[in-house]
Amino acid sequence: MATEAHGAEDKGLELVFHPMDQFMVKPLFGDGGVGTFTITNVTLWMAITVLAVIALMVLGTSGRNTVPSRIQSISELAYGFIRKMVEDVAGKDALPYFPYIMTLFIFIVFSNFLGLLPGAFTATSHIAVTAIMAVAVFLAVTVLGFVKNGFGFLSLFWISSAPLPLRPILALIEVISYFVRPVSHSIRLAGNMMAGHAVIKVFAAFAPMVLIGWVGVLVTPLSIIAITAIYALEVLVAFIQAYVFTILTCVYLKDALHPNH
Amino acid sequence: MATETHDTAHQAASACVDSHGGAVGLPQVCGEWMGNQIFWLVVTLVVIFFVLSRIALPRIAAVLAERQGTITNDLAAAEDLKVKAVEAEDAYNKALADARVEAQNIVNATKAEIKGQIDDAIAKADADISAKAAEGEKKIAEIRAGALESVKVVAKDTAKEIVAAMGGKADAKSVTAAITARMKG
Repeated sequence: MATEAHGAEDKGLELVFHPMDQFMVKPLFGDGGVGTFTITNVTLWMAITVLAVIALMVLGTSGRNTVPSRIQSISELAYGFIRKMVEDVAGKDALPYFPYIMTLFIFIVFSNFLGLLPGAFTATSHIAVTAIMAVAVFLAVTVLGFVKNGFGFLSLFWISSAPLPLRPILALIEVISYFVRPVSHSIRLAGNMMAGHAVIKVFAAFAPMVLIGWVGVLVTPLSIIAITAIYALEVLVAFIQAYVFTILTCVYLKDALHPNH
Repeated sequence: MATETHDTAHQAASACVDSHGGAVGLPQVCGEWMGNQIFWLVVTLVVIFFVLSRIALPRIAAVLAERQGTITNDLAAAEDLKVKAVEAEDAYNKALADARVEAQNIVNATKAEIKGQIDDAIAKADADISAKAAEGEKKIAEIRAGALESVKVVAKDTAKEIVAAMGGKADAKSVTAAITARMKG
């Protein structure tokens, strides 16, 4: 194994595993460091996300057709999907917050799918990005809960349907789980996106094995099949994770508006 | 190492990038990249939020409401048209029934009229026929009478001739009387 690798290196060929390089933040212009306002690949792909959102939601609906065009029916589908989700999960009085939830969903779903393009940067695979969104949801929901219900919001932690001796213990568990929410909320999305992309990259690194040794005859087709399969899975995950993030936001919003279960 | 200067340049640029330009550890937890990501994320979310809440969502809501209105109106119009169609069908059926009745009346009236005409014609024809028959009978009677007279004359003449031929002398009076008596007989 070692000699084989060594021999391959002599010919200028070796397996290159850099599955994490795709997540690097790089300045778009120049070779300097990354400051807060530097225009980076993050900027580029978020801008592409914004343009894609405008293309679908604004240009796609510019016809205002009673009988919708294809693009318009997709944007109407997205609109109806999230609106119904907000209404079903969080109730009718949550509808004023629908634009915020729609913003989150549209951003995540576009980032996820654009990230699946080869060579793309996936913004939602970064914990910094998802954590900001999760913390924003957490803070907004908590503030909203207290504004709407006053201290009655704390009844969320005091489960009146449980036997009295159990309630303090349950309250402790509820409080802990409440504060863990932003962590699980953000890591779920970033972790899913990162894992899938990294696995694809690892399989991609195995793909040129056929150039190195006879083992490659077996490994190369397998890794290509694996890339295809995982890519298909990632397409599914890209949507499901956006859906999960959004529906959890709706659930948290429901807790804030109706804390009495 | 040839890459030494490169190496130091990178190290100066970032602690998250190794000497080959690859990632050191998880790029996701590289602290010095987070500020950049957060800044651009906030910019992006704000832009998307304003695009959606100011332009896209009200427009889609309006389109959906308009479509709902159109569908409701169309359904109502369809209901109206259906009612009208039923009314029209009723009117049609009524008109049809009326027309049938009227046609029946006309048929009956015409039948009666024609029957009357036929009866008249038959009566007239009967009258004509009986008149013609009477006339014919009269004519036959006349012809018969004429024939009897002729027979009488011929018989008289023939009898006279026969009597004369037999050498007798025919008395016109007695011959006539004899013939008349014979013909009566």
